[in-house]
Order: sequence, then structure tokens, then C-alpha cells
Amino acid sequence: MNFQAIRAIYIFEMARTARTLMQSIASPVISTSLYFVVFGSAIGSRIQEVNGVGYGSFIVPGLIMLSLLTESIGNASFGIYLPKYTGTIYEILAAPVSMLEIVIGFVGAAATKSLILGLLMLATASLFVPIHIAHPFLMVLFLLLTCISFSLFGFLIGIWADSFEKLQIMPMLVITPLVFLGGSFYSIDMLPEFWRTVSLLNPVLYLVSGFRYSFYEIADVSVLTSLLTVSVFLAGCAFVLAYIAKTGYKLKD
Amino acid sequence: MQANHEKIILSVKNLSKTYANGFSALKNVNLEITEGEIVALLGPNGAGKTTLISIICGILNLSSGSVEVAGHDIVKDYKFTRSKIGIVPQELTVHEFETVWDTVKFGRGLYGKKPDNQYLEELLKSLSLWDKKDKKVMTLSGGMKRRVLITKALSHKPMILFLDEPTAGVDVELRKDMWEIVKKLRSNGVTIILTTHYIEEAEEIADRIGIMTNGELKLIEKKTTLMQKLGKKKLIIELKKPLKTIPAGLRKHNLEKSEDSMQLVYHYDTHKENKGVSAFFDDLKKLKIQYKDFSTKQSSLEEIFVQLIQEKA
Ligand SMILES: Nc1ncnc2c1ncn2[C@@H]1O[C@H](COP(=O)(O)OP(=O)(O)OP(=O)(O)O)[C@@H](O)[C@H]1O
Ligand SMILES: [Mg+2]
Repeated sequence: MNFQAIRAIYIFEMARTARTLMQSIASPVISTSLYFVVFGSAIGSRIQEVNGVGYGSFIVPGLIMLSLLTESIGNASFGIYLPKYTGTIYEILAAPVSMLEIVIGFVGAAATKSLILGLLMLATASLFVPIHIAHPFLMVLFLLLTCISFSLFGFLIGIWADSFEKLQIMPMLVITPLVFLGGSFYSIDMLPEFWRTVSLLNPVLYLVSGFRYSFYEIADVSVLTSLLTVSVFLAGCAFVLAYIAKTGYKLKD
Repeated sequence: MQANHEKIILSVKNLSKTYANGFSALKNVNLEITEGEIVALLGPNGAGKTTLISIICGILNLSSGSVEVAGHDIVKDYKFTRSKIGIVPQELTVHEFETVWDTVKFGRGLYGKKPDNQYLEELLKSLSLWDKKDKKVMTLSGGMKRRVLITKALSHKPMILFLDEPTAGVDVELRKDMWEIVKKLRSNGVTIILTTHYIEEAEEIADRIGIMTNGELKLIEKKTTLMQKLGKKKLIIELKKPLKTIPAGLRKHNLEKSEDSMQLVYHYDTHKENKGVSAFFDDLKKLKIQYKDFSTKQSSLEEIFVQLIQEKA
């Protein structure tokens, strides 16, 4: 294992984050705060409790997930797309590093960034609404799994994309709708029968549900199913990556 | 000085490359390079020089054939082979937003080497970059960026260094510095493979010169051998009257007659001490062969290419 290389990539990527601190950390925190001001305090006080939890508190886990998903994908995809775009990727391709080492460096950095972001958002949220974490260990596990698997997914998008448009389109066209329709702002019990069934096809729902369970012990689907879903997703990404490692798909002609 | 026991450090066998779009950029290239050698690859744009280098370095996949670096296969044993190689790419692909120091450190780290600030300091100083170390790369000039790339390529002390058109767009000073560095590296036993469009450059620095065209390595020869071919000059005599045959009195000279018999072409070597030209003119006078005009022509690189390709074909 080339640990020095992993370290070099990780530090390099974290330094890039530090330089763009405003965009990468501050802006999601600010937008989350706005959500709470609007939904939590202003409108939320007029909305009835969901399963015994105040609406403002209810949406915290979903909102954090929303940001984690988009940020993980955004950071990780940009992280690998940039060297591809500028050509500096040559250096990594010519270095004695395996795909696994490259991934640990890039995805590790993107996931770290998302994790910090998630915790910051949690802290911000606690300033606006009462928060109770019933299973801290499970919460951290969900947080970690989400950050890692979606950073990995973002990394794949970054490899696949050969234009800035493609880089943007996945998160915008696929992820954002999935998250919004994934029960971030409501419990699927509130939906009509048909849409409830459709919602169950949305993998993000399982994520939000499991994460919310770790807070308030209320869930749309069982926690185990949630954990299993994330794990399967993670394994799927890893599988695709193994294929890329073998063929050099989109990285090397 | 040289750690050269005629050990083969790089061996390319039947290497071919077809790009994804179906274009065949390398056709059955064979090449062997011994340790400590400096080899210059010449060839017109699109000949496949960068493609060849990129495959050896791991930047491109090969389509067929094999490459060994110090006896290790570049695919199976990529960690070993890549750790021995440093590359300065043709394009100025740099981390624009990083400082010089950070990007060089990153380069070294990728090769699995522990940080060694003192070595990097020496290196940056030897490339006159030390005072720029805290500057962002994007604030540097093109030539300075090239130096950054060279520093990166040397940051892990490679055994083999690839320089892909190191002197394109580079001023005289950097060119001089570059050759100083190359000479120093070679005295440390580093093998260097470079590409260039300047024959003088190859002449100055290389031990062997390879010529590529259309994805083929047309030849690779000792510089001295090739220079003799390059040193040839032609003297063309425009005759007043056609000559059916070359007269016996002129046969001792290296002569050719044009098809319309209106020209005599005399070949000679500029590298050799040559009294032949005046003797040739004397003989023309003796035989009372009259001419309207004469001109000389040095074989250009272009002609050498064409000539060599025809010879090989
Ligand atoms: N990614 C690619 N896909 C398809 N064809 C390519 C690709 N990269 C290069 N080529 C083609 O392969 C051929 C060889 O290119 P290469 O860059 O190796 O040439 P070169 O000898 O380095 O030329 P130059 O002196 O201009 O640098 C060219 O005809 C080029 O158009
Ligand atoms: Mg080239």
C-alpha cells in the first residue's frame, strides 16, 4: 500500500477545500439556517406535529441528508473531474498508485468534508429547534455510510463526466428530486396509497428514514432495511469502481 | 562515471496502440535502451512520440505488445516500473491554484516517498525556482511552469526521465539550464528519453537518435552514424549541353546525372575535410564541360526523413 500517496492526495484535496471554504462549508450552513427560519420557525409552527415530533425537529435529519448527498456527490465528482479537465491527472496515472489508493485519497477527503458539514449543520439546527438523538452510535454510522457511499458515487460521476454539463446534470436531475421525494420534509404516511408505494422505490427514502430513526425512533421503513440499502449501494459503487480500475474506463484511452 | 554495464533498462516489444476512435497511432514498435543512455526521438507532428512515452509511463493503455522497465512488465508490475520513471509532459498541465511548493510536494508524495524538504529545496534552487516557491503556479510564466514540471518529475529521483518536447517555447537560458541538468543527471546514471523537433538539440545532447513517422520507429541509430547522413551536401551543376554519359575523367567523383542529362549532381560530406569540390571543378575545366550555373543544397531534416523512410520501405 502506497500510504504516502494516499496521504498526499488526501492533504491536497483537503487543502483545496480549505481554499474554497466559503462555497463548501459556509453556503450549505447558511442555506440550512434559512430552511429552519422558514420551515422550522415561521411555517413550522403552523404545521402539526409528525408522529409526536415538532415539524421543525422532524425535518432536521432529512435536511442534513439532503445536503450530505448533494455535497458528497458535488465534492467528490469535482475533485476527480478537475484534474481530468486540466490534464494534471497524468501525474496520478503515471504514479505508482493503485485505483484503491486513488479512491481512498479522493473519496476520503470528500467524505471528511461532508462529515464536517453534517456535524456543522446539526449544530446549526440545534440553535433553532429542539433536537433529540436517541441512538448516537447509529446516527454516526448512518452519517459515515452516507458520506462514504455518496462520495464514492460522486467520484464515479466525476470519472464518467466528460463535460461540466454532465457533471452538473446527475446531481440536479436525479439526486435533488430523489431527496425531495424521499421523505425529507414529510412522512410517507401523509401520502396517498399510490405515491406511498412509488416512494418505496426511492432508495433515498430508506436513508432518510433510517437516519431519522436514530434521532426520534420514528421511521417509514425498518432500520435494518435502511442499513441494508446503503450497504448495497456502497457495494454497487465499489463494484463499478473495480471495473474501472481494471479497464481504465474514461481515465485512460 | 556512468553506471553503464550495457544493462537494458527499457525494452519495448512489438508495441501497438489503437485509440478508442480506431486510429492506429503506434505500429509494432521495437526499442531497447541501455542504462545511462540519452535517446532523442525525432519525428513530425502526429508521429506517435507522445503516445509511445505515455504508454511506457502508464498514462495510456497499450493495445498489444509489451514493455519492460528494468526487467519488469509495466502492466503486471506497474508499481515497480512507475516508481522508476519521471515524466515531463509536452503540455503545460499544472496545478494552477497551488503554490509551487505544494505541487512539488504532492508530486513526490504520489511516488510513495517520505517528505524530504531539503532535497526539494536543492532541486528548486537548481531550477531557479526557490524564490518562487510560495507563489501560485498560475502567476508564473510558461517557462517557469515548465521548470515546475521538471522539478515535479525529479522529485522522486527517477532512474528514467522522459522529457516530451522540453524545449518547446522555452528561452535560451532555460534551454541551457535544461541541458546542464540533463548532463548532471546522466553523470548520475539516469537514463533520459526526450522528444524534440530540433535536430541540433538532438545532436548536442543525445547518444542515439530515433526517428518516428506514422506510428513507426523508422530507425534508431548512434548519433555519429546519423550525423554523417545528415551532413551530406549536394552540388548541382546546370549544364549548357546535355551529357549522354558521365565522362571517364569524372567517374572518380561521387556523381549523379539528372534524367534530362542537363544536370550533374555532386554529393559530398560537410563533416569530412573535403578537397573534392575544387578537384571536381578542376576536372570540369579540363574536360571543357560548360555550365550555366551551379547551386548547393544541404540535406534538410525533412529530406533525411523522406530518404530514411524510402530506404527502409
Ligand atoms: N486520444 C486520442 N484519440 C485518437 N487519436 C489520438 C489521440 N491522441 C493522439 N491521437 C493521434 O495519434 C497520433 C499520434 O499522436 P502523438 O501525440 O503521439 O504525436 P506526437 O509524435 O507526439 O506529435 P507532436 O510532435 O505533435 O507532439 C496523432 O495522429 C494524433 O492525432
Ligand atoms: Mg507529442
